[in-house]
Amino acid sequence: MSEQSGWVYSDIVKQHFMYPRNVLDDNEDFQADGEGMVGDVRCGDEMMFAIKVGKEKGIISDCRWKTYGCASAIASTSILSEAVKGMPLDEAFNVSPKDIAKKLGGLPEHKIHCSVLGDKALRAAINDYYKRNNMLPKVKEDKDRIICQCMNVTDHEIEDAVLEGVRTMLELQEHTKLGTVCGQCKDEANELMNKYIKKHFS
Amino acid sequence: MRVYLDHNATAPLHPEVKKAMTAMMEMFGNPSSMHGFGRDAKKMIEDARASIAGFINAAPEEIIFVGSGSEANNTVLNLTACCSSLECSIACKHGKGIITTSIEHPCILESSKCLEERGMSIDYLEVDSYGKVNIEKLKEKLSQKPMLVSIMTANNEIGTIQDIPEIVKLVHDNDVLFHTDAVQAVGKIPVDVKALDVDFLSFSVHKIYGPKGVGALYVKKGVPFCPFIRGGHQEQGRRAGTENTLGIIGMAKALEMRKLEMGDETKRLKALKTRLKDGLIKNIPDIQVNGHPEDCLVSTLNVSFFGVEGEAILLYLDIEGIAVSTGSACSSSSLAPSHVLLATGITPELAHGSIRYSLGRGTTEEEIDYVIEKTTKIIHKLRKMSTVYIK
Repeated sequence: MSEQSGWVYSDIVKQHFMYPRNVLDDNEDFQADGEGMVGDVRCGDEMMFAIKVGKEKGIISDCRWKTYGCASAIASTSILSEAVKGMPLDEAFNVSPKDIAKKLGGLPEHKIHCSVLGDKALRAAINDYYKRNNMLPKVKEDKDRIICQCMNVTDHEIEDAVLEGVRTMLELQEHTKLGTVCGQCKDEANELMNKYIKKHFS
Repeated sequence: MRVYLDHNATAPLHPEVKKAMTAMMEMFGNPSSMHGFGRDAKKMIEDARASIAGFINAAPEEIIFVGSGSEANNTVLNLTACCSSLECSIACKHGKGIITTSIEHPCILESSKCLEERGMSIDYLEVDSYGKVNIEKLKEKLSQKPMLVSIMTANNEIGTIQDIPEIVKLVHDNDVLFHTDAVQAVGKIPVDVKALDVDFLSFSVHKIYGPKGVGALYVKKGVPFCPFIRGGHQEQGRRAGTENTLGIIGMAKALEMRKLEMGDETKRLKALKTRLKDGLIKNIPDIQVNGHPEDCLVSTLNVSFFGVEGEAILLYLDIEGIAVSTGSACSSSSLAPSHVLLATGITPELAHGSIRYSLGRGTTEEEIDYVIEKTTKIIHKLRKMSTVYIK
């Protein structure tokens, strides 16, 4: 029946899930120039991404990854690992989860959340490379910015809420408790929410 | 090879049930009609009712046919919100609030939540690491004189069976009404409403080789009742809507077959579950079996695999033709893993990495061996790419 009734995700997702590319083998001696780890096992996903960099040109020459994650996380990171090989660091830093989802032939909305982990880990690995090579001005940290001072809610939390399905201000407030005390942050939060919806889903 | 180990979700029709239902397809009469077509249908339903009631040792008039186990559960919880001077309401005559557990099916938990938002006080009893209700806590809460206690007989995810007779005695000693969701129990373990002395009991048959879209609610004679769906005199005015004749016939046949087959099947499944459990433990290090070691459905094996995520396991097994379910958040649209597993106190990580194998009458030794072999390979593959499982 699996064949007859299709699969939960696209064929490309299935292919990358079944045969993930560039997974780090513990027995291989992969000398990474930069490494990043993101996510949290308690939330059901964690991702490690490691890169080798061709020093003269600043190009990713090779990469490996590992994950504790679901099929979407595995497939999206597999396809990401293929895409960034041979890519300049600046360009790789800007690969968006939307590009990856497109390459995968689309993902269900509630799975977008799982697919952003790979490129987050990649960015962490690139920053790690810059730090190791005394190129600190190039480091672009994804620093949290507090939007709601009363309830201590950050821009990243708003983005995560959008990835988890939040679409309206009411839902956002229920989800994060943002703007439920003084309410001053509501306009900015609303703007950010719409920005993230556009970024991930339009 | 295709192996179906998701019988706690639903089960294929028993061939005898299919036969009985197919034969009934010609009988289209509305059981409420006075003419011959209607009377024929009515007779079939009433015969089925008597047979179904007999299966759980109830009187026929104590059985109300509904659309599903979820509807039966909703109907009972709804009784508590119907506070008026009417005879039917249990809210006025009995105490305040409801006691239930943290491991109930979502149809109980979400109905409870809705009642809570309407001002009702609800206590969710904790369970121990095996999923057994804390009896001491129940005793304590009963002193607050609730109007209803609702505790499931057997859990759908981990298979743990509660000590219902002991619980009912305690509840009745406090003069409180008792309901049990027995959807995973009826037809799998002996259920006798007289011996258990429950006031309400919900069940369906699609997990025991009967049809979907039909359920039943047992209401003990003399216990107050108020319909959830109004607008007709069907089911003695207790549940409106033209009866699902075909479903009811299928339900009766499914239970009739359980009467014949349950005993032998229980022995057979017990051996198969042991084979599966032992095989997994032997082949795969760092796993944990969830649920009660003895008081557990013989068809249900819930296992957590350390260091891997459940949705990935489920989908790799699916590619191999094996159907199971998982407590991982990624299998649903929420981001929280199984509430049942979390209630037993295991870490979110182990809950995310859980797989439920639920066996049935078609399960064979050959299938179990195939599942052990494939699970072993898949866990090995996922652990090799895991950031968490470092050996």
